[in-house]
Amino acid sequence: MKSYDRLVFELSREGRKGYSLPKSSWKASLSSIPGTLLRKVPLPLPQVSEPDAVRHYTCLSGMNFGVDNGFYPLGSCTMKYNPKVNEEVASLPGFASVHPLQPEDTMQGTLQIYHELCRALSAITGMAAFTLNPFAGAHGELTGLMVMRQYHMSRNDMKRTRVIVPDSAHGTNPASAAVCGLQVVQVKSTADGTIDVDDLEPLLDDTVAGIMMTNPNTLGLFETEIRRIAELVHACGGLLYYDGANMNPLLGKVRPGDMGFDIMHLNLHKTFSTPHGGGGPGAGPVGVCEALAGYLPDPAVVQDDDGRFHIVRNPHSAGRISGFMGNFSVLVKALAYIRTLGRGNIRMAGPLAVLNANYVKESLKDCYRLPVDRICKHEFVFDGLADTSSGITALDVAKRLLDFGFHSPTIYFPLLFHQSVMIEPTETESKETLDAFIDVMRRIAAEAASDPDVLRQAPHDTPVRRPDETLAATHPVLRYKI
Amino acid sequence: MAKVEEGLYYSTTHEWVKVEGEEALVGISDYAQHALGNIVYVDMPDEDDEIARDEEFGAVESVKAASDLVAPVSGTVLQTNTVLDDTPGLLNSDPYGSWILRVRLSDKSELDALMDAAAYSRFCESL
Repeated sequence: MKSYDRLVFELSREGRKGYSLPKSSWKASLSSIPGTLLRKVPLPLPQVSEPDAVRHYTCLSGMNFGVDNGFYPLGSCTMKYNPKVNEEVASLPGFASVHPLQPEDTMQGTLQIYHELCRALSAITGMAAFTLNPFAGAHGELTGLMVMRQYHMSRNDMKRTRVIVPDSAHGTNPASAAVCGLQVVQVKSTADGTIDVDDLEPLLDDTVAGIMMTNPNTLGLFETEIRRIAELVHACGGLLYYDGANMNPLLGKVRPGDMGFDIMHLNLHKTFSTPHGGGGPGAGPVGVCEALAGYLPDPAVVQDDDGRFHIVRNPHSAGRISGFMGNFSVLVKALAYIRTLGRGNIRMAGPLAVLNANYVKESLKDCYRLPVDRICKHEFVFDGLADTSSGITALDVAKRLLDFGFHSPTIYFPLLFHQSVMIEPTETESKETLDAFIDVMRRIAAEAASDPDVLRQAPHDTPVRRPDETLAATHPVLRYKI
Repeated sequence: MAKVEEGLYYSTTHEWVKVEGEEALVGISDYAQHALGNIVYVDMPDEDDEIARDEEFGAVESVKAASDLVAPVSGTVLQTNTVLDDTPGLLNSDPYGSWILRVRLSDKSELDALMDAAAYSRFCESL
């Protein structure tokens, strides 16, 4: 990886300006802006020539690592390949140039995409209705919890302020519940890594709004007691929320709606192959069962008897959660993925993701400690090296992987173990890629015994080695002082 | 091997209590700071807040994770260690010298439910 460490401000030379801005026509209205907010000196934009600017950003982009560069087994993130046909479809002028304030009649195709994706997601998940408006997974969680709260409030059941969250949950679950004004109650896991039903039962009373579950959970294990948990939670009057972060292994095989879940979100940037992370943006559609459909946020899209699509408001909605109707281009990409695979092939994704995860797990479990030795779904968690005598940590292993051109797995999550290494290969990786990763992981385990300092000082070949994370967190430098 | 200081009371959630008459200092153990990794932020209650045994009274955030602080005893917060606002890393470098809260104990019999240094050492070894 080529090293490049310049800021565009450092390239700036007086008089080398490569842009010319049009004359501002706003002079007349300047008097309406308070003097304290007006800039006294011109904006000190960096002065660089066009080739300097192009080279600068091209060099920066070359230092990025994405799923197009190499293997990216970041657990819980489902970094599957992003098919390029999705990008081609989303950039068609009719989709790329549409404006959210256009009259309905001029964007029937756009509304049709929205409507069709809702129906496809309903069919895949067993949920009665969807909103595609949330911008990300955690935004979907908040939306889903708002629906949950609205449902209880509409029945004048004001006591239900507690949300049960397992100790293996994604950190966003308790965070979303707290943001929604609900109180978080933790339920423990058994030694097998699944929800402890005996710990759950005493928590269930008429103050429970619902439970948030991820199935398979963050250890990649299917919650086999889900039927019983659903019965117990429903019996106490609570609702079941499904965190769709781990939907990938179930895609087309098992439906959260059939397991008894009432509300769920999906991460289109995980399960449905749209770009993830900095290359996003994301999208976190929320699906609900029939009884809750009326509480979904608006606006929504409906189709009338003549086949025309309309944008409608909903008087009982839990509220509005986005300015317009979500990250539309992401929605187009997700529908392109679903249509490209089709009903038959979409069923292949989950089993292949599960096969890949189990292949990597079984190939490495003699070198790394596997706390729960079961068939996993799409991901699994090691608890550090099997041989702990060297004192090598999950962080050291993760940093060393970078030297071999792999993105590191998620580390130190879930919090159930001290040295969690969470690996999710996804279905789009070949056996050759998995074998190369397995070889490197085995080599790192051997190095831990023979030459642990190589690991403690890793990475050796990246532009940035070990940043001082404590200093970065306590004294972040967030802007360049011109 | 995590260090355990004699003369302190310890909870199963790795907070320590140092009793000084009717008052006590509360901090986190060496085991806790080691498990958390480099600490970057300490969220503390306000003075005069009431804390209740086994309930959350704040949080410590490290480069790895955020973790709740659980009150080992009940009482009124007399003082918080504001030095930790700027130098939270003191909890890593000197966990037993860096208290988080000074509290007025509301029920000294609660101390009976905590572990002494020997029992806490055995507890840490069992983890």
